[in-house]
Amino acid sequence: MRTVAIVGTSLAGLRAAQQLRAKGYSGRLVMIGEEIHRPYDRPPLSKDFLLGKTSAAELALGDADDLLAIAARWRLGTRAERLDPAAGEVVLGDGSRVAADGVVIATGATPRALPGTRRLRGVHTLRSLGDAVALRDELRCGAEVVVVGAGFIGAEVASTAKALGCSVTVVEAAPVPLATTLGTRMGAVCARLHADNGVRLLAGTGVASLESAGDQVTGVRLAEGGLLRADVVVVGIGAVPVTGWLAGSGIAVSDGVTCDTGGVTGIPAVVAVGDVANISSTRSEHWSAASEQPAVAVSNLLAGTTVEHHRKPPYFWSDQYEKRIQFAGTARGHDEVRIVEGDPEQRRFVASFHKEGTMIGVLGMSSPKPFTALRKRLDRAAAIVQLG
Amino acid sequence: MIRVCATADLPEGEAIRVLAPHPIAVFHTEDGYYAIDDTCTHQDASLADGWLEGCFVECPLHAAAFDVRTGQPTCLPAKRPVATYPVLLSDGVLYVDSGIREDVA
Repeated sequence: MRTVAIVGTSLAGLRAAQQLRAKGYSGRLVMIGEEIHRPYDRPPLSKDFLLGKTSAAELALGDADDLLAIAARWRLGTRAERLDPAAGEVVLGDGSRVAADGVVIATGATPRALPGTRRLRGVHTLRSLGDAVALRDELRCGAEVVVVGAGFIGAEVASTAKALGCSVTVVEAAPVPLATTLGTRMGAVCARLHADNGVRLLAGTGVASLESAGDQVTGVRLAEGGLLRADVVVVGIGAVPVTGWLAGSGIAVSDGVTCDTGGVTGIPAVVAVGDVANISSTRSEHWSAASEQPAVAVSNLLAGTTVEHHRKPPYFWSDQYEKRIQFAGTARGHDEVRIVEGDPEQRRFVASFHKEGTMIGVLGMSSPKPFTALRKRLDRAAAIVQLG
Repeated sequence: MIRVCATADLPEGEAIRVLAPHPIAVFHTEDGYYAIDDTCTHQDASLADGWLEGCFVECPLHAAAFDVRTGQPTCLPAKRPVATYPVLLSDGVLYVDSGIREDVA
């Protein structure tokens, strides 16, 4: 392999580059990124960066030495428009072409917006540094903030906005927030953090439309007719994988790039990592997936076939209202939840999810040590299943 | 010098956090007692809450790992070492010399 193009320069793209070099790849490396910024860490954007406790410079994922060590050609501020595997080319937004015999797809996901609201001032989604800067400028003390969507991003933004002195309401269409991820019982436990901290949560409430005066948002019209006044509206209703540029490439796409268990697409010279990768019918939109998947995917890219597999259970965390929520594994299909340690009423506990007697997931709230012990048990069980 | 605890209160494989201007984590490994800065150099998490295996502790948040003997990180996402401190044992009580902060490299 002579040239590898990595499309996407966030965590997954950077780790792919580092892993290629760590595994001895000495060919050319081209890093193609739509954003003009060098790789930066996104999790703080909804927390310490939004609070003003962390600067943009501190978000950098690699220092100058790290980036030099990759020995890559950087094409930042440039979109990939098209992939042509037959010709071995990535076509860029400026019309130029990058010849590559290996491609890592790391284009991530883009936040879902409320239809017809993109041009309204005061309406935000949060994904990029630019998004966070724009939102931070508007989260002034006393501002009326409505967060649409009580997922983890929405909850973190609500928590930060409250800490900044805003008046915050969270509107969630589902009757119980986070139920698809944590089940209804634990979703409800996590959702109580809002009320604990003086943030109003309206669950089971849809949004009909946004009200505006000129081009400035002024309120959120609820499906049942009520109106919430708003200076700022933050929309956190999920993200869609960035795959439009793959149209016509022959790469199969269905809620992300369809990959085997090693992150390899239908074309062995093309692998996918991070939020955009759909591995065994699952997309893991988590920092740890973006951090860990590249090691496996680039091994397979270099081998020309799938020799390694993703086997670590998913893991993510969320910091909100001074609480640290950690989750590993899955709650999908669970038939039992056990409180292993602590007490949900004290907002400090560890719970395990079971399916037919087997532990499949672990949730911790402000209990990192016992949480990690169970998470390690999940990791070991997954490794054994893999061998067997 | 800061009193940590009685040795009986820190069995092998366990860690304890000591409050100091920089919180310090003291570990009882199979190799003896070691003290390092408690806060991970990557992002805000307590290493005393981490996963200790041999002489290596894995951060409970992002799985950065450090050698508790030297403070050196052994894998990403941490890149900077944590400071180490001497641990002293006297009459069955552990102390850390928080005045001697040994910044590595």
